[in-house]
Parts: sequence; C-alpha cells; structure tokens
Amino acid sequence: MTNEDHANGNGSARALAVHVRGVTKTFGKGDAATHALKGVDFDARLGEMLLIVGPSGCGKTTLLSVIAGTLEFDGGEIDVFGCALHGLRPREVTEFRKRNVGFIFQQFNLIPTLSLIENVSVPLIINGSSRRAAEKEAGALLDELGLAGRGRESPLNLSGGQQQRVAIARALVHQPRLVICDEPTSALDKETGQHIMELLRRVARKPDRCVIVVTHDSRVFKYADRMTEMEDGRVERVHEGSSHYKEDAEH
Amino acid sequence: MYHIALKMLIGDRAKYIMLIGGLTFAALLMTQQCAVFFGLLSWTTSHLRNMRAAIWVVDAKVEQVNEVKAMRDTDVSRVRSVAGVAWAVPLQASILQSKLSDGNFKPIMIIGLDNTTLVGRPSRMLAGRLEDVRLPNSVIIDDLAVQRLSVGRARPLHIGDTFEINDKEARVVGICKADRHFFGYPYVFTTYDQALQFAPKTRKMLSLVLAEPAPGWTAARAARQIEKETGFSQSRGTGLRAFTEEEFFWSTIWWYFRNTGIPASFGTTILLGFLVGIAVCGQTFYSFVLENLKNLGALKAMGASNGLLSRMLLLQALTVGVIGYGIGVGLTVLFGLLVLDKGMPPFLMPWQLPVATFVVILLICVLAALLGIRKVWQLEPAIVFRG
Repeated sequence: MTNEDHANGNGSARALAVHVRGVTKTFGKGDAATHALKGVDFDARLGEMLLIVGPSGCGKTTLLSVIAGTLEFDGGEIDVFGCALHGLRPREVTEFRKRNVGFIFQQFNLIPTLSLIENVSVPLIINGSSRRAAEKEAGALLDELGLAGRGRESPLNLSGGQQQRVAIARALVHQPRLVICDEPTSALDKETGQHIMELLRRVARKPDRCVIVVTHDSRVFKYADRMTEMEDGRVERVHEGSSHYKEDAEH
Repeated sequence: MYHIALKMLIGDRAKYIMLIGGLTFAALLMTQQCAVFFGLLSWTTSHLRNMRAAIWVVDAKVEQVNEVKAMRDTDVSRVRSVAGVAWAVPLQASILQSKLSDGNFKPIMIIGLDNTTLVGRPSRMLAGRLEDVRLPNSVIIDDLAVQRLSVGRARPLHIGDTFEINDKEARVVGICKADRHFFGYPYVFTTYDQALQFAPKTRKMLSLVLAEPAPGWTAARAARQIEKETGFSQSRGTGLRAFTEEEFFWSTIWWYFRNTGIPASFGTTILLGFLVGIAVCGQTFYSFVLENLKNLGALKAMGASNGLLSRMLLLQALTVGVIGYGIGVGLTVLFGLLVLDKGMPPFLMPWQLPVATFVVILLICVLAALLGIRKVWQLEPAIVFRG
C-alpha cells in the first residue's frame, strides 16, 4: 500500500474501523508527568456507534484525540481503516484527517462570524471543493437536518440543539468514514440531547462508517451499540449493547 | 478558504476597526510627516529652482546654497576665463529689511540679476514685464511678498506701488511666482547694480556666479575645471568652489541633515508612526488570533494545513494593511491639497513616498501576521477537545 493509500484510508476492508494496541501518552515530564493513556487496547467496528465512557480524567478525550490524529501519542499502534497512523508523517496525518474524519465538539465550535452554510461548507472547501459547490451541498444537508431556510443565519441566532445540528452537518458533509464526537450532549438539556443522539444514530451510523462518542452523560448510553469503559488511562471493560447502562441511567 | 478568512476578520468589528484605525494612523503619520519633512527640505533648495543655472560658483568655504560668503567682482571674470565655461554672470543675494506701511519691518531676500541677461530671473511672471526690472529702483516681488509686505495697506501691493528697502524706495514692476525660501523670506528680484544700491556697502558684494558649460562640456566637468583653474582648496579656503545644480542640491540637503535637528525630529515622529503601527497592529492582530484560537484549532482538526492557515492570517493582515494604507495616504493627500494653496506647512509628496509607506505598512502587517502564524503553527488541533 502506498503512502497515499494510507492517507486516503484505503486499507484492506476489515470489520474493524479502529484498532488500537498498547497506546501510551504522557503529558509533562519528571515529577509533573501525567500518564493519560497507559497502554490502551481498543477496537471500534464499522457500522457501529461506540461510546467511550468513564470518570473525568480517565483518558477518554486523550484517547479520542489520538484516534482522530489530532494528538501525537508516545507508544503503541493505531490503525484507522487499515491505515497505520503511527507510521505517518504529520502532514500525512493532516491529510488523512481531512478526508476521513468528521468532528463534533462539546461546545459546537461553529465560527460565529460565518453563516450556517459557510460553517458547514468548510470541510468541503478544505477538501478542495469550489465555494459554490460546497455551499450547495452544505445547504442541502442543513435542509435534511431540519434547518431549511436558515442557512444564511448566524450560529448566534440558534439554540444549543440547533447549533449542534449544524455541527453534525459540518462533521458529515464531506462523507467521512470516522465521526468523532466529544461530549456532544453535555451542553444541551435532556430532551435536546436525546434528539441529537437520535439524529446522530440516523445520519451518522452507516455500514461503512464508525461513530465514536466520548461522553459521561448517562442519559445517552442507550444509543450505543457498544460501550468502552475507561478508568485511570486504561480500558476497563467493553460492553456489547447498552442494557446495563440503560438500567443505570434509569436509576 | 480565503473568503472565510475575510469574513472571520470583518465579523470581529471591534478588532477590525481597531486594526484599520491603527494602520491608518501609522500610514497617515509616516506619510504626512515625511511629506512635511520633504517639503521643508525642498524649501532649503528654493534658490536652485528660483534662479536655475547649470553651474553655481561660490566662495571656497560655502557648503550649501543659502550660505552667502561674498566674493570679489573680479571672480566673475576668473570664471569666464575658464576653459569649458560658455558664459558666467554675477548674482547678488542678500537678506535686507523692508519697511511696511504700518511702520513695521520685514526681512526680504533680494536677488540681484545680471543687468544684461537677467540670468536667474523668475520662471513665472504673474503680472508685469520682466524687462521692466531694468528701470530705476524697480523690483519684481513674489506672491509671498505681496502677502507679507501689504500689511497696513488698503489693498495688496500691485504694479506701480512703492515700498522701502533699506530706506530706499523700490517700485514694484512685476509679480512672480517663486518657490518659498526655507526661512520664509519673500523673494524680491532686481538687477545686480540696483541690488548693490539697496544693500549696505561692504568690501565684497558678489554672492554667486551662475555659469553655463561650453558646448561639448558637461556641467560636472566644467565645474571641476573651474575649481582646478581657480586653485580651489576647501581646507585652505582658496579658489572658487563650483557645483552643478544637482551637486548643490544634495550638498545643501546633507548640510541640513548634519547641522540641524530637523531630520532627527521628523525621523523620531516617523519612527513613532512605525512603532505605533507595529504595536497596535501586532497586539490587536495577536489578540484576534488568540480569540480565534478555538476556531483555528477546529479548522486545523478538520484538516486545514499550517500553510493554509498561515495564508489565511496573512490575507487578513494584508487586507487591513491595504485598507489602512489607503485611508491614511488618502487623508495625507487631502491634507496636502488643503495646505498647498496656503503654502504652509511645507508639503512635498514625491511618488516614492506613498510607495515606501506601502512597503512599510505591508512590513508591519507581515510582522503582525507572523506573531499569529507562529501561534497557529504551535497550536495542537487537540485543543478543540479541551473545554
């Protein structure tokens, strides 16, 4: 496989979307060193919505960052769609991210000075689409997500739930195969959060796509196909299905 | 992505206006102060433009055109005898007092022209005939003299009016346009012989010799020949010193640079404009980048390369630079248009000045952008996951 194939994520077809083995990450040095990941083993499959849960400071976001290629890790191996991130140069990682990863952030991270359509069109433009084509596609996706006719508005005019819908549109507009969601419901009320999770399940989960959600919002555990529980920089348990958490959430 | 960069910039109204304001101020300060400085320097060489000659011959110790060290009348003949000189004529230049109608006195710059040829005559007559200056007690005054010497009169000085120069009556036979003198003295042209009558008697009365190179001689070669044949030595103070018009111009300019605080004073203001530009633009742009760090991090996470983000920041900085420059230089031109008619303060804006200001403003913008670019290059895209 060539470097470009790696960057495109055109590895051999597997059931596994993300394959993490023995990944370590330490912040700081000496006495001030914090071992955020202590040899994490982790898998995510194609076509599933996987939740990473655990207490604050357990390493969920760090794991999400290294899988997304936004943070360098110290040791171990990460394969995403057959592409070994640990073997890529920074520029190739950026290229990989550009084509294959969509992001949904806790605080939405929409650019307030841009209209909704412009915000959503950003990943397409970064990927080389013309402005006109990108905005057309962005407008269509916003329509699909229930924001028809509001494309020229500022994100500041929207409610939290509506802003997160725009963020979802931005994450999906360039058809990424990996969708990374960092606490997508923590800034939303219960009802809005559940709408967002339903929307994510509906639009993001496809056979050739993998959605990884970091959350400690127990109200959304029921939407997971699988759930990985982390503690102190390690994966403690992996739960197939979410019935256990459904019960916890109900209590 | 460039339209997104511009929308991000314009969308932050406060910083956008602050950036443009800072750069406008810097461009205005640098261009306007330079234009006033150049205007002031141009006044120091007004003799050269008002009396136009290819070769200027002066005393050996003279360094600049406003300095008068009288020579002997026979020095004109010495210059005429030099090989390479087509002709040479005497010129008298001295500062005298003129008496106003209200009893006050005003200094004037009297220029005595060669009686026959009137070489050194004003280039533009506004009223009257140049030749009439040969009539007894006649003078041609410039428009500044009309303004300055008319104090206490019912109407401005005009042809036929008289006034006193050094207790002697002078009759106005013409009004001309002349470049303003550095010290603000009005120019009063008369013939050489009449100038000697107006001026107090001294042992030597010749101020300058104006000469023309002979056919086949350049002005510079003829000037060197004059110096050679008259035994010029600056250190010993012997012989006659000869300048071409351009040599005299630069000699005068450098004299003012070396001997007055004017360049240092204006230079300080111009430097201040540059520093204010850097400080305001750099600080505001850096804080703009800091405030947008999350957004830039999000763009980086989405796959925007460092190069793309750097170009976006550069575009933003250069955009405010070009707008600030345009407004600043526009205001300077407006200032120039307002003061040029009045003649005060001095103002001269050669084409090189706006070009140089443009380059400096772009430099300020690039420096400001580099601060932001450095931050963006250090930015880890994972910042977007930190609350």
